[in-house]
Amino acid sequence: MKNIVIKSIVIAAFLSVFSVGVFASASSAPMDHIKTDITDQESLQNGLALFANYCFGCHAMKYARYERSADDLGIPHDIFVENILTGETKIGQLMNISMPTEQAKVWFGNPPPDLTLSARLHGPDWLYNYLRGFYVDAKRPYGVNNVIFKDVGMPHVLAGLQGVCAEAPELGVEPVVDPLSGNIVKSSGCSEYLVEGSLSPTEYDEAIYDLVNYLEYVGEPSRTESEAIGLKVLVFLAFLFIFAYFLNKEYWRDIH
Amino acid sequence: MQKLINWIDERLPIVEAFENHMSKYYAPKNFNVWYIFGVLSMLVLVNQLLTGIWLTMSYNPSAEGAFASVEYIMRDVEYGWLLRYLHSTGASAFFIVVYLHMFRGLMYGSYKKPRELIWIFGMTIYLALMAEAFMGYLLPWGQMSYWGAQVIVNLFGAIPYIGEDLSLWIRGDYLITGITLNRFFALHVVALPIVILALVVLHILALHTVGSNNPDGIEIKKNKDENGIPKDGIPFHPYYSVHDIVGIVVFLFVFCGVVFFFPEMGGYFLEKPNFEPANPLKTPDHIAPVWYFTPFYAMLRAVPDAFLGVVIMGGAIAILFVLPWLDRSPVKSIRYKGWMSKVALALLVVSFVILGYLGVVVATPERTMWARILTAVYFGYFILMPWFTRKEKTKPVPDRVTG
Repeated sequence: MKNIVIKSIVIAAFLSVFSVGVFASASSAPMDHIKTDITDQESLQNGLALFANYCFGCHAMKYARYERSADDLGIPHDIFVENILTGETKIGQLMNISMPTEQAKVWFGNPPPDLTLSARLHGPDWLYNYLRGFYVDAKRPYGVNNVIFKDVGMPHVLAGLQGVCAEAPELGVEPVVDPLSGNIVKSSGCSEYLVEGSLSPTEYDEAIYDLVNYLEYVGEPSRTESEAIGLKVLVFLAFLFIFAYFLNKEYWRDIH
Repeated sequence: MQKLINWIDERLPIVEAFENHMSKYYAPKNFNVWYIFGVLSMLVLVNQLLTGIWLTMSYNPSAEGAFASVEYIMRDVEYGWLLRYLHSTGASAFFIVVYLHMFRGLMYGSYKKPRELIWIFGMTIYLALMAEAFMGYLLPWGQMSYWGAQVIVNLFGAIPYIGEDLSLWIRGDYLITGITLNRFFALHVVALPIVILALVVLHILALHTVGSNNPDGIEIKKNKDENGIPKDGIPFHPYYSVHDIVGIVVFLFVFCGVVFFFPEMGGYFLEKPNFEPANPLKTPDHIAPVWYFTPFYAMLRAVPDAFLGVVIMGGAIAILFVLPWLDRSPVKSIRYKGWMSKVALALLVVSFVILGYLGVVVATPERTMWARILTAVYFGYFILMPWFTRKEKTKPVPDRVTG
C-alpha cells in the first residue's frame, strides 16, 4: 500500500520535471563561459590592479573596505597603501570615489554603478563578455557600442589594452580548428581591429578574467571562509549522524 | 538536582507538563519519514528567531541605510554573513518543511475529525508565515524587495471601493517608501513572531489533546491496554526524541550544505536583482516573487481581471481552511482510500509544482493557458473532494497499525 503512495509521488515528481522541461525557454545572447577561482591570489591581485587603474576613477565599491582586499589578497599594508591609496585615504575606509553623482549623470547619461555587487547581480560570465564586447560605433557619444549591453553609456576604458574592434565581436562561439594545419581559424571575440591595443587578444582575455575574478571575490568576500567552515560542519554532522543512528537503533530495539 | 526539581514542581507543575507532552505522551509507533517535518519546522523557527535577533543588532531599518547595513553585516560584522545566510536559507527551508508537513497531512487525512482544529491552527501559522516572509523580504531593500512589495501591496488596490485606501493604509505612503520599510520591520521582528509562536503553542496543545494521527489513519486511543495506554502507542520521549535527532542531523546536513556552499541557490533563495539597491524610478524587466509564493502568483496572473485574480489567489489559500469538511471519506489515510483520491492528490501536487514554475518565468500566452488549466486542477481537488471521497470504494482499515 505504501508503495502506491510512493509510486504516485514519484510519478507526480516525474510529470512535474517533464512539464518544466517543456516550458524551458531559450537563453539570451551567446556568451563565453568562465570558471572563476577566488583562491588564485595572483589573479586577484592583478584584477585589483586593473580595477584600481581603469575602473576606480568612475566606479565606487562603497560597501567594501580597502583593508579587506589587502588582507584577503595577501598584500602587505605598506605596499597596498603606497600603490592603491591616494592622498589622505586610510586603509580602513570604504572604497568610495570622489566623482559627484549629479555631474556623472550629465557625462554618461546614468551615474556609473557601484561595482561591489556587480558580479552577484550580473554573474561573472556577463561581466567577462561585456568587457570583451566593445566595438566601434560612430553613432554613440563615446564612439563605441557593446554586444552584451546595447547602447551602453560607458566608454571603452580598456581600449588602450584591447584596441578597438572594427565590428561587433562574436562571443560564445566554439573555436574552429583547421584539420590540416591545426591552426585556430575562428575563435570567440574580436576578429578585426580598427586600432591595435597593447595586449594580444589572449592576454586581454586573461586580464579581463583576472578583473572579473576580483569582482567576483569582492561581491562575496566571505566565500572562501564559508566553504572552509562548511566542510568542517558537514564532517561533524556526518560523525554526529553515526551516533544518532545507533542511539536511535538501540532505543527502538524493543519496539515492534 | 532532584531537590531543585521538587522545589520548582511544588510551585509550577513542570514534571506533569513534561509527562503530558513528552514521557507520557503516547504517539503511534508506526510513524514514517513524513512525520519529521513538524519537528523540523520548529527547528527552523528557532533558527529564524535566533539569527533574526542577531541580525536586528546590526540592521538599519531606513530607506537610506537598509541596503548598506545588510552589506555591512555581510562584510564587517563577525560571522555576519553566516547569520544572514542562516536566516535567508532558513526562510526557504521553512516553506519547504511546511509544504512537506502539509502534504503529509493531506496524504494521511490528519485534518479529519477530531483534528480539525489542529489543521486550522496549522493553516493560520502558514498564513502568518507568508505575511512574515513577505515583510521580511522587503527589509534588504533590494530591487526585488521593493518591486515585489509594490506588486503585492497593489493587489489590495484591486478590491472594489476600499482597495485604494486599503493599500495606502498598508504602505503608509503613496509608494513603497522608508515609512513602509519601518512598519514592515516592526511587524516582521515583533508582531508576527509573537503571533506565530502563540499559534505554534496552540497547534501543539491541540495535537496533544487528541493525539497524533499516523500513516494508517487509525485512532490508537480506541485500543488501550489495562493501564489505559494505547497498545500501538509509545512514549514520545525517549522513542521519538531519539528518532527525531537522526532526522534533524540529516536535515542539518542538507541545510548547512546550502548555507555554506550555495546560499543563493541559483537565484531562487536570493534573487539576483536584489543585489542592486531599491530604485523607485527603475522597474525591473521581470518581477518574480520568491519561489514559495510563485504557485499563487501564477494563479493571480492567469486571471485577466485584477480583482478576480486576487479572489482566486486568496481563494486558493482560503479553501485549504475548510478541507476537514470537504473530505467525506470514511477512512483517513490514502492507504485505504480509493484510486480517485490517489489520482486527485497526485494531480494537486503536479499542478502546485508546475504553477510554482510558471510563477517564476515570464508569462507567455501558452504559459498563461497552462496556468489556467492548472489553477482549475488545483481547485478541482477541493471542489470535487466531497464527491469523489464519498463515491469511491475504500479498503477495509485494520484494527491495529501496520508496519
